[in-house]
Amino acid sequence: MAGATLLPMRDVPDRIDEIAPDRDAPILLHCASGARSARVAAWMAEAGYTNVVNMKDLVSRWKDAGGAWDEPRQLLSPGQQRRYSRQVLIPEIGQEGQRRLLDARVLLIGAGGLGSPIALYLAASGVGTIGLVDDDVVDESNLQRQVLHGVDRLGMRKVDSAELTLRGLNPETKVVKHVERLSDDNVERLIAPYDVIVDGTDNFDTRYALNDAAVRLRKPVVHGSIYRWDGQVTTFVPFEGPCYRCMYPTQPPEELAPACSVAGVLGVLPGIAGVIQANEVFKLILGVGETLAGRLLMFDAMGTTFDEVRIWRDPACPACGEAVVDAAARSTTQQPAQPASV
Amino acid sequence: MSTVRIPPVLRENAGGSRSVEVAGGTVSEALDDLFAKHPALRDRVTEDGQLSGFINVYVNDRDVRYRDGLETAVGADDTIILLPAMAGGARQA
Repeated sequence: MAGATLLPMRDVPDRIDEIAPDRDAPILLHCASGARSARVAAWMAEAGYTNVVNMKDLVSRWKDAGGAWDEPRQLLSPGQQRRYSRQVLIPEIGQEGQRRLLDARVLLIGAGGLGSPIALYLAASGVGTIGLVDDDVVDESNLQRQVLHGVDRLGMRKVDSAELTLRGLNPETKVVKHVERLSDDNVERLIAPYDVIVDGTDNFDTRYALNDAAVRLRKPVVHGSIYRWDGQVTTFVPFEGPCYRCMYPTQPPEELAPACSVAGVLGVLPGIAGVIQANEVFKLILGVGETLAGRLLMFDAMGTTFDEVRIWRDPACPACGEAVVDAAARSTTQQPAQPASV
Repeated sequence: MSTVRIPPVLRENAGGSRSVEVAGGTVSEALDDLFAKHPALRDRVTEDGQLSGFINVYVNDRDVRYRDGLETAVGADDTIILLPAMAGGARQA
């Protein structure tokens, strides 16, 4: 029926509060024959809904009588239902969540150590579009941790190697290759088309450039960094939690922040950090659970310990602090009102 | 005694230690004791007597920037975490 909300019967107990929070609001239920909707109507009456009406007859009669009708959108194809069945079974995901994953666009900065496990799990789970920013080629020294690549890919561009691996894992995932390095000049263009950005870079100029652009465009960034046996993961949600500049206002000297190529890194470490980052991406896309926004998760692979510290929005932050919020509010109030149809 | 956790990039300035037991009732006093035990850490963690901007200091899970800074109180069971930004990850320039 036109304007109706499609809700699979088994999802009713979990989702009815979200769809119909007012138990006294008038609600019309229908299904194809009137049988399933009758069972739901009885259940809702027991749950305290006071004004539920079930349409008993075949819905075809409504259509034949000229009633307004929208063909229900098929959320998942039969093939998708099979492929993703183990996660569609999870109440917080379901068919709608899976549809969100299929429609999601995630950009990974780097197709290396952190990017490998993240891309593998996002693609395996059906994330629809994965963008990869990397201009490097596969080197033998990468293979100890960059599990997207293999010995037959030495010398190949990492984005091409990643595309081959991901296509083999899930041909449905579209891989968008950006053969360039992230910089102040290209960062906004690169991140604009994406819903979630994953930061796995190894230098601070890039991290700050990404942070500032992501705050401007209000894109969430899932951050991971690794050093030998230690890793850190957090999620930055602009204006809801702190940003990277709130956490680290000042860039450390180079000798305190060496890249993996200088300091070394345990092969499994980007695996641990990357999988935690992938989990953050899923929650951001699905809109469920609690992300690491406002918390920095630290783990020590040597002691197998996980700790977290709280991180706060800095009111004086040059990227997302009070001055930025005030300036945005002023520019909004000065703009002429937009016509409703635009 | 409270415990100071030494981040990986600073461990070579602390004789390889992952954590150090220190005396002191404030972060400032605790760090003074830390620097007395491992003098090479002083220049890494402070600049002109103030904390370096790129090292966050937490008492348990709280950033001292949002408490009383170096004068934040430290108890015997507290853990002081020194946390410089880490780079790590894919090569991008």
